[in-house]
Amino acid sequence: MRLHELAHARSGDKGSTADISVIAYDPSHFPHLRTHLTPDRVRAHFPDLPVGPILRYEVPSLHALKFVLHDALDGGVTRSLSLDAHGKSLAACLLELDLPAPSTSKD
Amino acid sequence: MSQPRSRRRTGTGTGNRIRIGCGAGFADDRVDPAVELAEHGRLDYLVFECLAERTVALAQLERLRDPDAGYNEWLVERMEAVLEPCARQGTRIITNMGAANPQAAARAVAEVARRLGLPGLRIATVTGDDVLHLVKGTPLPLLDGPGRAMNLDDLGDDVVSANAYLGAAPVAEALAQGADVVVTGRVADPSLFLAPLTHEFGWTASDWPLLARGTAVGHLLECAGQVTGGYYADPGTKDVPDLARLGFPLAEVAEDGSFTLTKVPGSGGRLTVATVTEQLLYEVHDPAAYLTPDVTADFSHAHLTQLTEDQVTVTGITGRERPTALKASVGYRDGFLAHGEISYAGSNALARAREAARIVEERLTLTKIPVTDARYDLIGLNAVHRGVGVGAVPTAEPTEIRLRVAARTDTLDHARRIGREVASLWPNGPYGGAGVTRETRENIAITSVLLPRELVMPSTEVQVTVAGDTA
Repeated sequence: MRLHELAHARSGDKGSTADISVIAYDPSHFPHLRTHLTPDRVRAHFPDLPVGPILRYEVPSLHALKFVLHDALDGGVTRSLSLDAHGKSLAACLLELDLPAPSTSKD
Repeated sequence: MSQPRSRRRTGTGTGNRIRIGCGAGFADDRVDPAVELAEHGRLDYLVFECLAERTVALAQLERLRDPDAGYNEWLVERMEAVLEPCARQGTRIITNMGAANPQAAARAVAEVARRLGLPGLRIATVTGDDVLHLVKGTPLPLLDGPGRAMNLDDLGDDVVSANAYLGAAPVAEALAQGADVVVTGRVADPSLFLAPLTHEFGWTASDWPLLARGTAVGHLLECAGQVTGGYYADPGTKDVPDLARLGFPLAEVAEDGSFTLTKVPGSGGRLTVATVTEQLLYEVHDPAAYLTPDVTADFSHAHLTQLTEDQVTVTGITGRERPTALKASVGYRDGFLAHGEISYAGSNALARAREAARIVEERLTLTKIPVTDARYDLIGLNAVHRGVGVGAVPTAEPTEIRLRVAARTDTLDHARRIGREVASLWPNGPYGGAGVTRETRENIAITSVLLPRELVMPSTEVQVTVAGDTA
């Protein structure tokens, strides 16, 4: 199923680094996201992004994951030639990611 | 305006509670939500955060052209809209709309006060963020430099500005000196909101958990409508009512740093655990280490509770010692940019747009225009979307597509010639090219350096002026 059905997301930027928060709608799905939404999975989802290291932070109390995509923004909002120089659309693009449906018994 | 301050409202709880509203979250933000907060928010403080990374650098260039310029272009309109209700209710105003010229901005605020018949308004400026003289030509390493530069001196005379992120202290000092309006340049965004809390509650510079909670207040408020449903709404999935009348947020903060976020009843938007979660994590990298000049805040154990409709309480924020260095944004001349666009519609629109892109690319070679970097985007296909679908053949032929050419070059003349190549597709390219737009400009880019804190603090100064004396 699409990540869009399980979570909401918000993009931010600092310099050339993009960040994406992914927040489970249902807290019981957070472990499922933690298992399947790995930095490698995120990297594979953005094949054309010139990304350096991707770090993931976990905030269980908010059932949220934070991805930090270093060097993803081509110099950032003050340099990039991209139409979306901030990377504002990255969160929406990430929510297109396909992942297994969570089992009804909370994995 | 100075007397009502002692009649502090206590909000809904017991004991001292400070109500802080956010009247703007970026330079061009709406003005009417700030008026709504000023009139109906029962605020002690109204803060306007209007300074993006590059804004100070652009403002610095304006100031070089005109010594009275270099502050936010909407400052006067905002002050005309809120000064009177704020004066009437004893609400003090804090803003970084001073940008590169807080003194000129303060004179503009004083002029508005005179026009509105508010003599005696005390206006403070906070300066000292301008550290260009301290850093220019030094070999400080760049935190995120462009390919051509590793150290600040590599940028040579292209450097046009350097502004350190000041903390809450000089703003709190201005409040202690009785300012009704505090106008700053570069101050870290959350510090603008933390300052009234340290001032009112007497939090000291090493009360790390308290400073972290006040920083969370600032972080959650600083983007204004982004915590009340803006940048959140997704029709059918995350519905938010009445975004055209989006209410801006306010926080009611207790002396122990616990706080509740809300907005003016009846305003548009929605304030929920979900909207607050998105904003709490917004542009935070390590949630356990959100760095500001004041504190290292830890949001990683934050807990949010929906008290009632449009009221969310935030707990679980902790903090530890502040970073030893201050960050400074450095603006530098980064060549010239050209953008040009043209649309194609109807059958075979995509193929015509692709052919147009190929033609421009060939023309830039034929006409020997030096291009260091270029993009050819097809708006409607791949200009924004990254990831799945990039470069893929669309499943259905788009009914219209817009070619966007963006390129970097060395002179304004070359940039104009790039724009001309896009415009000349009209008569010389595929049929039906429509709606040409083009733009050329010099680009000012931003990089960052870290400075020892001691270098910056001594140059901070606070001036309090009286409206009637600054004509």
